[in-house]
Amino acid sequence: MSTDTTQTPAEQVVYSNMLFYGCWGSLGLMAVTYLLYISGLVTPHVPLDTVTQLWSQPVKVYLEKGNVPTGWGWLKLIGQGDFLNFTGVVLLSGMTILCYLPLIGAYMKKKEPIFATIAVLEILVLAFAASGIVGGGGH
Amino acid sequence: MKRQILLKAGLPVLAAALLIAVFAMAAQNDAAVTQALDQAGVTGPWWMWPLILLFFCFILGIIAVLAGVGGGVLYVPLVSGFFPFHLDFVRGAGLMVALAGALAAGPGLLKRNLASLRLALPVALIASSCAIVGALIGLALPTNVVQIALGATILFIALLILKSKNVAVPEVKNPDALGIALGMNGVYHDASSGQDYAWKTHRTLPGLLMFIIIGVMAGMFGLGAGWANVPVLNLMMGVPLKVAVGTSKFLLSITDTSAAWIYLNQGCVIPLMAIPSIVGLMFGSFVGVRLLAKAKPKFIRYMVIGVLLFAGAKALLKGLGIG
Repeated sequence: MSTDTTQTPAEQVVYSNMLFYGCWGSLGLMAVTYLLYISGLVTPHVPLDTVTQLWSQPVKVYLEKGNVPTGWGWLKLIGQGDFLNFTGVVLLSGMTILCYLPLIGAYMKKKEPIFATIAVLEILVLAFAASGIVGGGGH
Repeated sequence: MKRQILLKAGLPVLAAALLIAVFAMAAQNDAAVTQALDQAGVTGPWWMWPLILLFFCFILGIIAVLAGVGGGVLYVPLVSGFFPFHLDFVRGAGLMVALAGALAAGPGLLKRNLASLRLALPVALIASSCAIVGALIGLALPTNVVQIALGATILFIALLILKSKNVAVPEVKNPDALGIALGMNGVYHDASSGQDYAWKTHRTLPGLLMFIIIGVMAGMFGLGAGWANVPVLNLMMGVPLKVAVGTSKFLLSITDTSAAWIYLNQGCVIPLMAIPSIVGLMFGSFVGVRLLAKAKPKFIRYMVIGVLLFAGAKALLKGLGIG
């Protein structure tokens, strides 16, 4: 069980490498899609002027007046400039789930079932949050 | 000489940041000023606020790194207090900002063993589950109630930073059974002293239980919660300060992920304002890291305490309908 060494554990290095490429990849994606959005090259679902009027209102008003879907409903609008940005945002938000996957095998290999179970539970918790099943509907 | 250069470079930046804050506050709160700005054509174009936000978050990123706090704890109270965005969207963007910062820092911290996966995993499971609950509570409560609670929390954080005296390498004489069972120990190499430090945890169970509260608060207010992670890991569980700071930062990438998904699924992430915030803060963090060696930590610490007191009071008054 002990990690009594200054050597970084192998699973930690794998996690670190996945995180590095995923994080910068998603930030790069965000920058590109944002430029496409604000330059007007890809038409947005909610016009830019309308967004600036709605962002001072509660989320409920924004969803109603902007006809904005909740949960994974944005996937249907991925071709629109504003929702195209969600590809980078979702990749960034999903990186932790992806990075946890190799941990299960790594801890099983090291015969550490407690940590393998923790990794499985964490993936389930994050997947539950990402699923859109839970939600209060905002104000 | 270096200090003079820093001062020469720093003052215009600080002045610009203050100007933006004043301008943002005036544009939001004073109808007469807003009307005057409207007539002058200043509030018109859609790109004005994202541009201001980009610059504002760049400055915020520098300050956050120099002060050793996450971006979210400064972003949420300041942006909700002085920008025209509703708190729902500020919290959504705040979580994305904190998440991006934590994810970007994660690889370096993990590789250098300054963040311990073994320490983070059990803590993250508790905090991220509770962050979902916090996010749901935050989205269900009336805005003014959340704003009042946010203001009170920010004021508490300011006092916590003022009073807390972290210990570089706490002495853990009797590691507890849970800490041993979970293998919460390790050795880290301190580059500044050239020494290796072995560490282990004590008071593991009460420490883990504290992350229930931390997780709920992170989700509820859209804050990163690094301000709470570090004292619990360091002072309560006996983790060396550098490992506590590194693990805390990495921990945010997991805790904030669960809360961020809730806000994302509820439509609280508006790309037009969230992406300039993320990019601005990331660039600011890069510059901040380079300035870190030259900065005066005491001055920065007091500056952040001042900003938090100001932002906390503003959020509190806004929630009470006074500000």
